Amino acid sequence: MTAALEVRELNHSFGALRVARDITLTLERGARRALIGPNGAGKTSLVNLITGALKPSSGQVLLNGEDITHLSQAERARRRLARTFQINQLFRGLTVLENLCLAIGERTRECDNLWRPAGANPAVIDEALNHLESLRLIDDALKPVRELPYGRQRLVEIAIALAQRPRVLLLDEPAAGVPSSESHLILDVVAGLDRDIAILIIEHDMDVVFRFAEHITVLVAGAVLTEGTPQQIMADEQVRAVYLGHENHHQPRHG
Amino acid sequence: MPATEARASAADYLISRHRFSAWEALPWLLALAAFFAFPDRMTFGTQVLIMVLFALSLDLIMGYAGIVSLGHAAFFGIGAYTVALFAARLGWNEPISGLLAAAALAALVGLVSGWFLLRYSGLTLLMLTLATAIMLQELGNFRSDISGGYDGVPGLAFAPLFGIFDYDLYSRTFYLFTLAVLLILFFLVRRIVYSPFGQALTGIRENVRRMHAIGSPVHRRLVTVYTIAAAIAGVAGALFTQSNAYVTLTAFDFEVSAKVMIMLILGGTGRLYGAFVGAVVYMVLEDHLSRLSPAFWQFGIGLLLVLTVLFARRGLLGLLEDLGKLLRTTARR
Repeated sequence: MTAALEVRELNHSFGALRVARDITLTLERGARRALIGPNGAGKTSLVNLITGALKPSSGQVLLNGEDITHLSQAERARRRLARTFQINQLFRGLTVLENLCLAIGERTRECDNLWRPAGANPAVIDEALNHLESLRLIDDALKPVRELPYGRQRLVEIAIALAQRPRVLLLDEPAAGVPSSESHLILDVVAGLDRDIAILIIEHDMDVVFRFAEHITVLVAGAVLTEGTPQQIMADEQVRAVYLGHENHHQPRHG
Repeated sequence: MPATEARASAADYLISRHRFSAWEALPWLLALAAFFAFPDRMTFGTQVLIMVLFALSLDLIMGYAGIVSLGHAAFFGIGAYTVALFAARLGWNEPISGLLAAAALAALVGLVSGWFLLRYSGLTLLMLTLATAIMLQELGNFRSDISGGYDGVPGLAFAPLFGIFDYDLYSRTFYLFTLAVLLILFFLVRRIVYSPFGQALTGIRENVRRMHAIGSPVHRRLVTVYTIAAAIAGVAGALFTQSNAYVTLTAFDFEVSAKVMIMLILGGTGRLYGAFVGAVVYMVLEDHLSRLSPAFWQFGIGLLLVLTVLFARRGLLGLLEDLGKLLRTTARR
C-alpha cells in the first residue's frame, strides 16, 4: 500500500541556517504521528515544505505516491493535503459559517461561479453546518471570527482544515496560545478525528504527544534525530538528552 | 439555543443575504429625482454618475479583493480613447457599440497587465499599477499623431442613441443613458460580489495565506476580477468621452486614479453603495467649493478625507450604518 505522505531526503536553508537536512518521513494511511523537537528545530518549516509554502532545495514530497514537490500550495491542498497554522490564519472579518463555506467552496470549485448567489447551494451550507456541529461551534456560526475567544478560533482553524476533507492533515500546535483549562477541548477534537486521515501533529505538551501519537519523530536542528513508538522514544537516551530530560548530560549525536 | 434552531437561522442568513432590501431603491430614486429637479445641471449629473461607475469598478478590486491600485485611470483612459479614436479616426461613432469596444479593450489591457502585476502585493503592486498608467499615458504622448497628445481629440460627434434620440436634448438624454448603463453594470457587480467567487475575493482580502492553504487559485481569481473591473472602468471612460465629446491624455493622469480612490474611501470600501456616496459627496463638494474658493477648494476635500480616515474608518456609509444601529438600539430601550 502506498503511504499517504512520503517525504524523501528534503533539504532547505534560510541563508546559512539549514532548517531541513535530509529529512525522510512517512505517514501511512490513518497514521497518528507526532513531530517533536526543541524550539527552532525546523518543525514548522517542515510543514511549510510539505504544503508547498516553502520550496525545498532538494528532495521529494509524495502524496499517495504522486510526486507533488513541484506543485503549488493550492494544487497540493486540492489533492486533500490540509494544514492548520501555529498562529491562527482565519478570515477574521467573516463569520465562522462563511469561513467554512469558503473552504468547502474552494474544494468543490463552487467558488469558480461568478453568477449564482453564494447562499443558493444548500449542500455547501449543510456541510458547513455539519462541521460546525461536530466541533460544537454551531452557536457561533454567525459571529465574526474576530469576536470569538482565541480558543474557539483555534477550533475554527481545525474546522476549516476538516472542511477540505483531508487525506493528510498537518496540525501545527493546535492548542498553542490556548489557556490550559481549555486546551483539552481542542485536544479532544484532535483525538476524535476520522481514523482514515493521516495526521502529523506538532505539539510541545508531552502528555498530549504520548496519549495521541502512535509514532513519534524527533527533529533536532533540521534533522531527524530518531523515530519510533512513544515507548521507544521515552526510553531513548539521546532524546532524553536533547529534549526530555534535564538530569541527563549525554551529548546528542547530531552535528 | 437548540442546535436545530441555530442551524436554521445560520442557513437562513446565508440564503437571504444577497436579497434586495427596500432601501437599495433609494439611490436610483434620488438619481431620477435629480433628473426632474435639476434639468439644467444634467451635464454635471452625468459626470457624477460616470464617477460612481468608475468608483464602483475600483470597489470591486480594492474593497472586495483587496487589490490597492494607484493606476486605475489606465482603464478609464483606455475606454475614453477607444471611443474617441474609433469616432475620430475610423468614423465609428455609434455610442453603444463604442461602450462595448471600450469594455473589451480595457478588459484586454486589464487581463495582460493584471496577469503580470497581480503576483505582487502591497507597495510593489502600488508602484506597478502607477507605472502602468504612466506608461500608457506616455505611449499616447509618443504617438501624438494618433492620440492628439495633450491637445487631445477635440470635436467628436457621436451618433444619436439607438439612432433616435437627438442632440438638442443631448445632456438630458445622456444622463438617462448613463444612469441605465450604471444600473446594468451595478447589477452585474452586485451579482459577482454575492457569488461564491465574490466570497473567495473577500477571502483573499482577509487572509491570502489561508486561501492558498485551502486550495484557492488566488492569482487566477485576482486576474479575473481585475479584468472585469478594468472593463467597467473602461465603460466609465468611454461615457466620459461621449458626454464631453472631447478627451485629452489627462484621462490617464495620476490625479484621476487618486481622485477615484479618495471618492471610494470617503464613501466606504467593500460595500457597493460606498461608490455612490463617495462620488456624489466628492463631486458636489468640488463643485461648490471650487466656486466658493477657486484656489483653495482642495483644502475642503482634504479636510473631509482626513476626518473620514481618522473618525469614520469605514467611510461615510459605514458611519451611516453605525448611526442606524445606534438609533435602533436606543429606540428599543
